[in-house]
Amino acid sequence: MTLDLLHLMPTDLFRILPEVVLTITGVLIMLVDASLPPHVDRRNLGWLAALGTVFALLASQAQLALLQLAERTGFYGTVETSTFSIFFHVLICGIVLVTLLIALDTLPENGHHKGEFFALITFGAVGMCLLTSAVELLVVFIALEISSIATYVLAGYRKENGRGPEAAIKYFLLGSFATGFFLYGIAMVFGATGSTVISEIATRVHTGGHPGLILLALGLMLVGILFKVSAAPFHIWTPDVYEGAPSPVVALMSTAPKAAAFALLIRILYGAFPALQPIWTPLLWLVAVLSMTVGNLAALRQHNVKRMLAYSSIAHAGYLIAAFAGAGNTGITAACFYTAAYASMNVGAFAVVTLISGYEDELPLIKDFRGVLYRTPVLGGALIFFLISLIGIPFTGGFFGKFFSFTTAMGGGAVWLVLIGLLNSGLAAAYYLRLIVSIAQKPEGESPVPPVAQPIGVAVSAALMLAIAATLVLGIAPGEVLKNAAEGAYELMPHSMQMVNSLVFF
Amino acid sequence: MIPLSWYLILSAVLFTLGVTGFLVKRNLITVFMSIELMLNAVNLSFVTFAHLWDPVKGQVFVFFVMMVAAAEAAVGLAIIISVFRARATLAVDQIDLMKL
Repeated sequence: MTLDLLHLMPTDLFRILPEVVLTITGVLIMLVDASLPPHVDRRNLGWLAALGTVFALLASQAQLALLQLAERTGFYGTVETSTFSIFFHVLICGIVLVTLLIALDTLPENGHHKGEFFALITFGAVGMCLLTSAVELLVVFIALEISSIATYVLAGYRKENGRGPEAAIKYFLLGSFATGFFLYGIAMVFGATGSTVISEIATRVHTGGHPGLILLALGLMLVGILFKVSAAPFHIWTPDVYEGAPSPVVALMSTAPKAAAFALLIRILYGAFPALQPIWTPLLWLVAVLSMTVGNLAALRQHNVKRMLAYSSIAHAGYLIAAFAGAGNTGITAACFYTAAYASMNVGAFAVVTLISGYEDELPLIKDFRGVLYRTPVLGGALIFFLISLIGIPFTGGFFGKFFSFTTAMGGGAVWLVLIGLLNSGLAAAYYLRLIVSIAQKPEGESPVPPVAQPIGVAVSAALMLAIAATLVLGIAPGEVLKNAAEGAYELMPHSMQMVNSLVFF
Repeated sequence: MIPLSWYLILSAVLFTLGVTGFLVKRNLITVFMSIELMLNAVNLSFVTFAHLWDPVKGQVFVFFVMMVAAAEAAVGLAIIISVFRARATLAVDQIDLMKL
């Protein structure tokens, strides 16, 4: 192994261009933040962050040019540019952009370390993006930590509240605990195969190695990743952290790090351990059923909107994991599509919740949402729309997400899984409808509580518009996104093209 | 020469001790130390496997783990301080404003 670092090709840097753009943006924000006098409002730094994210989005589109090259990996085979990584880059940058727009209008006026807030979101985005293009476990680990550490801090941003630090410490301790397991898994896989490059691991697992060690490695790594996507039984942290963290942050961390972690899950399962599919399929079957059922049953009992949405996000992780029961390529396509659909509706739902409940969560309960439709029809209507999508009613992204996921599971022969999933969707409708009814009820009494954020700002309106547009497009014309997801899946697993045609009839 | 498996067993024991400490201990700092113990156990595994396979790869991994552990310690201790400021306690059982 030669360490001729001077021989890096320009294409190497191009392969991490979105990450580079985001890093420069983050550093710039920190520098400007430090050089501004303390009393100056830092709001404009948010626009800078949004601008950087747009550039990162363009950069990942520009990376399409790299696909023409024969060489697919850069930096000594540690990062890979493929349609798969570009799909997730665009998705994550989109989520981060919407989150920044929400935060721009809802963060308190001053004295809240706004500059660092925007910088942290940008740095977190670096980790999430890198996680989706890393094909070497050391880089995977670093990327995972970059994104995690940024979100740990963001979770505790409301320091005065008491709940903020509590959310942060719970997230931090359990997150590091899970990382420990993930890391031990990497050590075991390195011990069993002598490699940390995902494609090499696959070939060596296929040709033997130490079966016991490999199984142990798979189990340990699954624990780490399933924690990050908050699938049951590793979901305990989710409701507490979502309740304690500021809503704009929850909009981010319930979608973007999860999307990145799902990309990682796909890469690890289909990229490194395709030979073990007979073993991990039943495991994920179990996780999917547990996540759906536990998430939905617990969500039924909640009175706090953010906690309810937290449990609903656990259930959605379950629906997504159901796609993994489908073999090969179709599973990846359906999972990628679900990630996009889930992200667009969930980020939108939390945007509205931020506006209604307020940054400090003055109106956190379902009964506080009573009559929102009459007081501010726009917000009420938008929230109802996102909840309908979360239920999975046609013409919304949520419907096609579930449809593809369950079709794939059916194709993989998991009939019971699909049945349980459909039952769960019915169950889930109950608590979403409860919130919808509460929103649509006439406000009672003489003094209706006014929504906190009045009037609705320009940035957050743009964020809402983007989320609504994305959910609608995914629900009415899913073809383009599905095609991109299928292309990404094909590049990840070119050997298993069976059945993918059955999905692309749109 | 001591066989490699001994190091692996020691690493597994240390990792288990870390996990047990995380689950049993009731003070935030001790819980956090248990996590550090887990990471160090993993490092021992990496060094052992580096001896077996590729001396550079495994040991480079260890350096990165140490670096990440340092970053985590910085952030973690800061969060612990902010918890202490808000609640004036470090007992895990009393950090219970939000319950399942």
